[in-house]
Amino acid sequence: MRAFAEVLDCLSTTQSRTGKLALLTDYLRSAPDPDRGWALAALTDGLPLRIGFRRILSDLMAERTDPVLFKLSRDFVGDTAETVSLMWPAPESIVEPPRLGEVVDWLLNAKPSEHAAIIATILDRCNVRERWAFLKLIGGAPRVGVSARLAKTAVAQIAGLDVSAVEEVWHALKPPYAELFSWVEGRSERPDPGSVPVFRPMMLAHPVEDADWPTLDPNEFAAEWKWDGIRVQVAAKAGDVRVYSRTGDDISPAFPEIRSAFSHHDVVADGELLVVRQGTVAPFNDLQQRLNRKSVTGKMLREHPAHLRLYDLLFTRGEDIRMLSFDDRRRRLENWHASERPLLTDLSALVEFDTFSELEDLWRGAREAGIEGLMLKRRASPYLAGRPKGHWFKWKRAALTLDCVLMYAQRGSGKRSSLYSDFTFGVWRPREGSNERELVPVGKAYSGFTDAELRDLDRFIRANTTETFGPVRAVVPKLVLEIAFDAVQPSSRHKSGVAMRFPRIHRIRWDKPAEEADTLEATMALIG
Amino acid sequence: MRPIEHWLYPTPQGLYCEAGDFYIDPPRPVDRALITHGHSDHARSGHAHVLATPETIAIMKVRYGAACAGAFQSAHWGAQQKIGDVTVRFVPAGHILGSAQIVIERGDCRAVISGDYKRASDPTCRPFELVTCDVFVTEATFALPVFRHERGEDEARRLVQSIARNAERTHLLGVYGLGKCQRMIALLRQQGYHDPIWLHGALVGLTALFQDLGIELGDCRPASTATDAELKGALVMCPPSALLDRWSRRMGEDPVRVFASGWMRVRGRARQRGVELPLVVSDHADWPELLNTIVETGAEDVWVTHGREDALVHQLSLMGRRARALDLVGYEDDAE
Repeated sequence: MRAFAEVLDCLSTTQSRTGKLALLTDYLRSAPDPDRGWALAALTDGLPLRIGFRRILSDLMAERTDPVLFKLSRDFVGDTAETVSLMWPAPESIVEPPRLGEVVDWLLNAKPSEHAAIIATILDRCNVRERWAFLKLIGGAPRVGVSARLAKTAVAQIAGLDVSAVEEVWHALKPPYAELFSWVEGRSERPDPGSVPVFRPMMLAHPVEDADWPTLDPNEFAAEWKWDGIRVQVAAKAGDVRVYSRTGDDISPAFPEIRSAFSHHDVVADGELLVVRQGTVAPFNDLQQRLNRKSVTGKMLREHPAHLRLYDLLFTRGEDIRMLSFDDRRRRLENWHASERPLLTDLSALVEFDTFSELEDLWRGAREAGIEGLMLKRRASPYLAGRPKGHWFKWKRAALTLDCVLMYAQRGSGKRSSLYSDFTFGVWRPREGSNERELVPVGKAYSGFTDAELRDLDRFIRANTTETFGPVRAVVPKLVLEIAFDAVQPSSRHKSGVAMRFPRIHRIRWDKPAEEADTLEATMALIG
Repeated sequence: MRPIEHWLYPTPQGLYCEAGDFYIDPPRPVDRALITHGHSDHARSGHAHVLATPETIAIMKVRYGAACAGAFQSAHWGAQQKIGDVTVRFVPAGHILGSAQIVIERGDCRAVISGDYKRASDPTCRPFELVTCDVFVTEATFALPVFRHERGEDEARRLVQSIARNAERTHLLGVYGLGKCQRMIALLRQQGYHDPIWLHGALVGLTALFQDLGIELGDCRPASTATDAELKGALVMCPPSALLDRWSRRMGEDPVRVFASGWMRVRGRARQRGVELPLVVSDHADWPELLNTIVETGAEDVWVTHGREDALVHQLSLMGRRARALDLVGYEDDAE
């Protein structure tokens, strides 16, 4: 527990990815089994514990502290587990804390009625940092800024492997991952992922650049629409179906209808997850309601029905077809779909074209919801992991732009922490009950500028601050930013009633007076 | 004899002792001020007469200039002095160099105005001295049960270890310029760190004053005189506001940001400031110290000044003591 607490404590305040990775790799290399395996589980898919965490904590604290003081403290700290770790009345002399493996064993083998007593005993044996780490361990996601993928990357680093090697076997393994560590340390064979529907690293595209066009031959490429949902991989085998995100996170629990649709198939397919109503793709916002959930309600399933638009096939009936060409895989996909007819799916149609200029007309005309642009895929290319050069290109539809006014700026993090690098901008709307206009925020951008421009913006912000709230500064509304974005959608979460998709700073208009920036009306007109 | 509330009470100008016609730590200029310690929310400039410990007077002169009060009078540690209808003495509070509790007696009633205080050891100032009393006026900066500070020695050791582990990176330590800065330097020296310590301009003057007053702080130099090569792997200290300011860009691509403060007990506070190594070191009493001190004074009445009064007043009422919040204006309850 001591080593785990130390590494979790450092992770929670280390900002750089390299720093976090070094900490994790060091820990996973030096900690013994099964401790490190349980730690890895906590940082990835979660520990296989079922504990009534919130209720137990509040019962334990009710026995030990005054409710008014607990509430005042909880309000100040802002996190229940951390408050408990800080307020816990520990005995004067603390003995050695229990090992992480011991802790998990106790809880795994206990009846639910015994959980509270075990948790109290463990808290009594820990110092304040260990108490915090222990509660984060058993309380679900520790939220220390470590993604599941980063944790897997750290495991891969032990053996100098790429993260995709760990991802390929990951879903065949169970915590505390003894087989995995034994493999990366060269003490045993690679674990066999064969019998479980595991994630296969996905093939990704590069944006097509102006310089690419002369080197591309239209005859060598197939084109298809790029749909505005989330890329997923569905892996189905022997009744077990998993839906994986692009990064290999298992998001199956949020999409039970997709799991049922594939329950009788033996296949690994690549596609776009969308919300589709009466054959029409709904805006991305609708899909967002379904993401990041551990379970879904019947209402969600009815109101935001999921649909899978298929792009590619990686495996059928246990056969790995990733080394076939795109054209061959596409034929296999079409034949398979025609004969099996899985529910809630369709194929992403190929876009026919002879010349790129013909394709460009189609690309320009594509304004309907759900289309983000076009994909160009080399007909001869196999399905390769990662983002190999020269095979797949994404040709995003031309961005929309609006002139907005800079309103607030927030400090960045990591290397940008001495700079104001997150910008909130707004557009004009009439002020209610008067002839004047006011700015209303419509979005936030973190990118699109050079380092030199960032320093200029930083200087502008410091010189024009009107108010400071913690890391945020309000500025005199006088700088116009030309913002590029992919779409505008209605949103009930924003004061302005609109939300931008992928906003970034296109140009800084030092020359343009703020009065001439765009209006909310003009922004609304772009919804579609 | 009139009850104490009639001759010692809060006013918009600060806590006022009518029986001696003076204010204690008044936030606005007054004719006669008794000052507990040199922090700027307690010691302000512009009073006609100031009575304070010699160290506090020296600090005020460095901060505001020699003419920052009409007249200064030194209070000798522990010496009784008659002012109007009361007697007064200054007793160490253990907060920072020169910090005092002010003991006021009238008839058989004794009040102690503790100012800010701590019980933990501090190589740069006299330790807190307990005075039993009828009325104890206490601060409440860290008056929540979540606040339990770490030992300064342990936290200084963590910093020394981090410096040893990261030979390529500059350590940038944010500290309040008066007290915390010099205490951290002294603690680091005790832990065997003898490299030069580089100081932001805002810390130079007060640190020199501590050295002039005989406190051993080793080799401290202005950061503005350091070459880039000297800053690599070195320890640089600055006020908290400079931690993330443009000034910090000189400290290389990726300095280790460190902050020594009681607020670092709470992770969100550390994250908000981009602090990589939070050190839980405070010059204020933590929750157990507050409660123990109040019990040890034996005071029947406890008056709570700035900070988290609600929690402390609630706890004291659970303990069966009379406690009330004074609602004094002008103190920074977030300072440290």
